[in-house]
Amino acid sequence: MKRSFVPYCITAAILVFFYLPILVLVVNSFNASRFGGSWEGFSLVWYGRLLGHREIWHALTNSLIIAVSSSIVSVLLGTTAALALHRYATRLQKAHYMLIYTPLVMPEILMGISMLLFFIAAGMQLGLATIFLAHVTFCISFVAMVVLGRLQDFDFSIIEAAQDLGANWWQSTWKVLVPLLMPGLVAGGLLAFTLSIDDFVITFFVAGPGSTTLPIRIYSMIKHGSPPLINALSTILLVVTFAAVYISQHVLEDKK
Amino acid sequence: MATSRARLNEILVTLPSAGWLAVLFVVPALIVVAISFKPTDPLGGAGAGWTLETLRSLGNPNYPAILWRTLWLSITTTALCIMLATPVGYCLARLEKKWRQMVLLLVVVPFWTSFLIRIFAWKMLLHPEGFIKQMLVSLRIVAPETPLLYNQWAVLLVMVYTFLPFAILPVYAAAEKFDFRLIEAARDLGARRFQAFCRVFLPGIRRGLFTALLIVFIPALGSYVIPDIVGGPGAEMLGNKIAQRVFVDRNLPHACALSLLLILAVLLPLIAVLALQGAKDKARPIIEEGA
Repeated sequence: MKRSFVPYCITAAILVFFYLPILVLVVNSFNASRFGGSWEGFSLVWYGRLLGHREIWHALTNSLIIAVSSSIVSVLLGTTAALALHRYATRLQKAHYMLIYTPLVMPEILMGISMLLFFIAAGMQLGLATIFLAHVTFCISFVAMVVLGRLQDFDFSIIEAAQDLGANWWQSTWKVLVPLLMPGLVAGGLLAFTLSIDDFVITFFVAGPGSTTLPIRIYSMIKHGSPPLINALSTILLVVTFAAVYISQHVLEDKK
Repeated sequence: MATSRARLNEILVTLPSAGWLAVLFVVPALIVVAISFKPTDPLGGAGAGWTLETLRSLGNPNYPAILWRTLWLSITTTALCIMLATPVGYCLARLEKKWRQMVLLLVVVPFWTSFLIRIFAWKMLLHPEGFIKQMLVSLRIVAPETPLLYNQWAVLLVMVYTFLPFAILPVYAAAEKFDFRLIEAARDLGARRFQAFCRVFLPGIRRGLFTALLIVFIPALGSYVIPDIVGGPGAEMLGNKIAQRVFVDRNLPHACALSLLLILAVLLPLIAVLALQGAKDKARPIIEEGA
C-alpha cells in the first residue's frame, strides 16, 4: 500500500531545523567577521584568542573535577538505590522510589534555589564543594533509573549459584554482580558525567566566587563577551562530542 | 530472626541514597516552603516570626501577568512539540532498521552538546546582523527594523527547539511497539489515511504522548535560561522572576513564594496525568527508563 510522504517530509524538515543553528555556528567560527552576518574570509583568529583565554581553561578544570567526582559518588549511591528498589517490595521501598523519582520531575530552578537556601542555612561557604553536593543530588536519580532498567533483565539466580558454590557476600558482589552490571554502571556514570558537565541552572545558584565552571563561563561570555570566541569554543566542544559519539558507536558495534 | 536480618540489610542498602536525598533534596524543599511564610528582613533574608503577607504579595499586578505568560508559553511549546514529534515518531518507527538507527542518532546527537551553546546559536541567527535576519530581510519577508530577538516568539521558538527531542523519544518508543497492521486494517475497512492516523495510530501511542506531554511541559514551566538569553523584559517567565529575586533585588521570602507557585504549577498537571494513567495501569511509572 502506498504510504503518505508527509511524515517523512516533516522529519526531514525537523532535522534541518535541528542542525541549521549548529552549522551556522561552526561556519561562523571560521569567519573573520565579528557578527557573522556576512562572510569576510576564512580565519583562525578566534581559535588563537581562545587558546590564550586562561579563564576558560580554569573553568574547564573545575568542570572536569566536579563531573568526575560527582559521577563516581552518584554511581555508588544510585546503584545501591537501584539494588534496594529491585530487591525489596516493601512500603519503605515505595517511599524510597518516590524520593528517587521526584527530583527527575523537579524543574532545575527549584532545585537550585532550594539547595542555595539550604547551604545558606547550614552556614556553608559556596564553592566547588557545594556544587559537588548539588550535582550528586540530581545525578543519583538518573543513575538509579538506568541501573534499575538493567536489573530488570538481571538473573539473580547467578548470585545464588555463586553463593551455593561457596562465595561469601563480598565475593559474590565484587566477582559476580558488579562485573555483570558493569554496562549499566558505565551507562549511568556517563549519563551523570554529561549531566554534570553541562549543568548550568543549578550550578549558577550554588556556585561561589572562584568556583566558575565551564557553563557559567560560557553564560557570562554570552551575556558580556565576544560572540566569535563562543563560536570557536562551541565548535571545539561539538567536535569532542561528535568524536565521543562516533567512538562509542564503533566500540558498541565491534562488541556485537 | 531471619526477617529482622533481611530488614537490616534492606535498611543498609536503602540508607545511603535515601539519607542523601532526605538531607539535600527534602530538607531544602521544606526550607523553601517555610521561608515563603516568613517576612522579609532589611537585608532581604528571612525575618523573625511567621506571616501570610509574603504569599499575599503574589496578588501584586506584576505576578499574574508573568504567571499567564509562563503558562501560555509552556502550553504552546508542549502542543507544538507533540504535534511535531508525532509524525517524526511515526516515520522513525516505519523506517528500515538501518535508517532508523541513523535518524535516531541524528535526533539525539545535537542535544548532547551544551544547552547554552544551542541557545546562543539561535541568538546569533536571530541577531539583527545574523544569518536568518539577513536572509528574511533580503527575501523581503520582514522589514529591517522588525526585531526577531528579545520577544515572546523568540522564546517560543527556542523552547520548541530545545524540548522537541524530549518529545520525539517517548513518542518513538511507543510507535515502535505499535502494530502497523492495525492501520492497514482500518484502511481496508474504508478509513481514509488521515482518519486512520488520528483514530487508530494516535490512541495506540497514547502512553508515549502522555509521557511526552509531561517531559516537555514540566521543564518548560521552569524555563529560566531561554527567556533570559533570547527574551527581553517583556518575555520574562516565572523562573526569571525567581532568579531576579535571588540575585538582583535580593528578597528571599518573595523568591520562595514564587517557587511555591511554580511547584504547584508543576504538581497539578503531574497529578492529573498520573491519576488519568493510574486508572488504566497502576504498576508502571509514567516516565520509563531510557525515555
